[in-house]
Amino acid sequence: MTVRIITGNEAAAWGARLARVQVVAAYPITPQSPVVETLSAWVESGEMPAELIAVESEHSAMSVCIGAATAGARAFTATSSNGLAYMTEQIWWAAGARLPLVMCVANRSLAAPWNVLNDQQDSMSVRDAGWVQLYCRDNQEVLDTVVQGYRIAERLNVPVMVCYDGFLLSHTAMPVEVPDAAAVDAFLPPRPQPLQIVDPADPRNIGPVVMADPRRDADGVLRGAYLELRAAHHEALLEALEAVPEVGEAWARATGRPGCGLVAEHRLDDAEIALVAAGSLVTQSTLVADLLREEGLPVGVLGIRCCRPFPAAAVRERLRGVRAALVLDKALSYGYAGPIATDLRAALYGTPDAPAVYGAVCGLGGRDVTPEALAEAARAALADARAGAVERPLAWIGRMAREEAR
Amino acid sequence: MTRITDLPVEEQVLPGNRACAGCGLGIGLRAILKALEGRAVMTVPASCLTVLGGMYPVTSVQMPWVNCAFPSTAAVAAGISAGLRATGRSEELTVLAMAGDGGTADIGIQALSGAAERNDDLIYLCYDNEAYMNTGTQRSGSTPAGARTTTTWRGKRENPKDVPRIMEAHRVPYVAVTSAAFPTDVYDKVAKARQMRGLRYLHMHTPCPSGWGFDPALSVRLGKMAVECGLAILYEVERGAFRLTGRSAALAKAGRPLEPVDACLDAQSRFKGLDAEARAAIQAWVDERWVEALERHERGR
Amino acid sequence: MDASDLIAMSKPARGEAGRTGDWRSARPVVDASACIAATQDRVTCQICWAHCPDACIEQGAPPAVDLEFCKGCGICADVCPAHAIAMVPEAEHGVCEAAEGGTR
Repeated sequence: MTVRIITGNEAAAWGARLARVQVVAAYPITPQSPVVETLSAWVESGEMPAELIAVESEHSAMSVCIGAATAGARAFTATSSNGLAYMTEQIWWAAGARLPLVMCVANRSLAAPWNVLNDQQDSMSVRDAGWVQLYCRDNQEVLDTVVQGYRIAERLNVPVMVCYDGFLLSHTAMPVEVPDAAAVDAFLPPRPQPLQIVDPADPRNIGPVVMADPRRDADGVLRGAYLELRAAHHEALLEALEAVPEVGEAWARATGRPGCGLVAEHRLDDAEIALVAAGSLVTQSTLVADLLREEGLPVGVLGIRCCRPFPAAAVRERLRGVRAALVLDKALSYGYAGPIATDLRAALYGTPDAPAVYGAVCGLGGRDVTPEALAEAARAALADARAGAVERPLAWIGRMAREEAR
Repeated sequence: MTRITDLPVEEQVLPGNRACAGCGLGIGLRAILKALEGRAVMTVPASCLTVLGGMYPVTSVQMPWVNCAFPSTAAVAAGISAGLRATGRSEELTVLAMAGDGGTADIGIQALSGAAERNDDLIYLCYDNEAYMNTGTQRSGSTPAGARTTTTWRGKRENPKDVPRIMEAHRVPYVAVTSAAFPTDVYDKVAKARQMRGLRYLHMHTPCPSGWGFDPALSVRLGKMAVECGLAILYEVERGAFRLTGRSAALAKAGRPLEPVDACLDAQSRFKGLDAEARAAIQAWVDERWVEALERHERGR
Repeated sequence: MDASDLIAMSKPARGEAGRTGDWRSARPVVDASACIAATQDRVTCQICWAHCPDACIEQGAPPAVDLEFCKGCGICADVCPAHAIAMVPEAEHGVCEAAEGGTR
């Protein structure tokens, strides 16, 4: 094990290298580009024995991964923002084809207007696509999660998206323990035999047109149709609710570091209000909760590491006894609510004494989420919770007041 | 030139498939797969070939086959090629990307251009039936001028994109134009491409009875007529060296003017009602291309 | 769990679209007295075999047509240099047997 001072992008690249990725598809986009730049340098120097294909678009980046993974290779790519939006068709394809890919997303806002800075609208907009989505709090988690991602993906035959905040993590250097290759090899053996059969001796047509109803194969066996395959896919994602923590524990045993599971919690036991967030905001919220505790305010934090599948049982359990949850979304389903707030409300619906769920949107387009603003939002939420408010309008943290514009 | 009786007897295309009666693609596909002797992985986007391949859980083609999204064909093929190298199987298997003209000239051209620029190790074969036939005959970038489609009710105004020339501009090792009406020509070009490495591009002119509007019995005849009049020209460009091949080479050698396009156009209902001006424009386009092909054949470049 | 329960992977078989012979309105009938291969009693010519889009013709002298799946396109008759293949309307044969099985 070596401690290196590296950025989130470099941590992602280290994760791919340690996972012995065989095929990398590379296309630049800010703030992800240093991931593929780093991998390109390692492949060119021979430090990383992989095929690197410098594609002409993100759509082709995911297409190359789809082809490579179908042929049995361990494949990797990374993207951000509009790049992710551009490859959306293939994100769905990779999941429906049950390919165990890992892709990093250095989270960035979506245009228009152009903005290269962080929020989580990109990955949140594809959360229905059938990938496991894991959000990282810091650069150590980025490296750890990329390696763990392959073990999860190859166990469940679903792709894993490793999300980390653009610039806040992607371009911020911090100490990261880089495990020895031998430890990672023991944790992550070579990719098992793929589901997909590419063999002239036993030719198969993979991913053909599937009709609405079950149909018999040439041997007379009735085979499920599109609906049955989608149901199986959903069930595989639900299995991730067990696989993600188990793989986290196995990683902890392999590396001696604490594992990360579905959620992270901080001082929730006696909390009246919980700050709920994903990504680097979890780290920030933890600091803010400690500050507020010094003021005597009972604030805790629930970090959502695994957004898909959504850990409904875990959040119900962790939020028991809390008056209100203030969800800090860095994305928005325009015309409704933040994605995590929506999921949390659904998870808590019907739970006796469920906490109120207050939605807040923050950090869009890289707007700094200051500790002061978070603390103020938490104080206001606590006051509302103590006053018994069940619902309140979406809060915009850090939004310029109209008066300021005049 | 391989003779018909020398073509391998083994069939990869099975009877009872879902393709239309008289489908030109069926003829060409049989020859393509014979040339690969089953030792290949196909990747196929949404297209008539998907229909021919059949619906889950049964397929009509005895080849490893990976379906892919419409714009992604060449990139998925590049990924398969890299994946086979990474897993030590690239020597045993050729990667065959096979898309229609819409999937090649239109929605797939970006990925194809990228793969060609990188000279990825694969054969890309476009079967050109000159419109989006699988979705009901909408115009594509490869639809000839004058042809009526369900999005050009009065006949397409523009000439088709010359995709083989676009591929030549990438200076890939092999570019060839063939026709499904000449199965041995298809076979020979795929067999030659199979022995090469890098991106090999083949363009297969493919008659379509339902989309062009002719009796299914006439698929081969229509394909041959198109070559006789120069609407389709058979040639290959091997590492920059140009030569006419097969029937087109014979026509060049004969030195006579080509047949006028009229008989070929009149045999297809999609050209019904073509006015004299449009007809003359098609003839002029054909003449210009044929002269250019003859000059290149002469020069060998 | 069978991979087939997780992803769609088809296996090859004849007749994916059913007995496509029942699409046919006319069937190819080979006149052995005119067929080049048959008259020479060796597997020569085979132009009909090479041009069948459906792989429904077996090489031979004369070549044999698989009427279970032949869609009746008539290409074989059109390409035969000896005009040895006639497309005979199915009505003259009565009901096509292929119609009885239906799709799997």
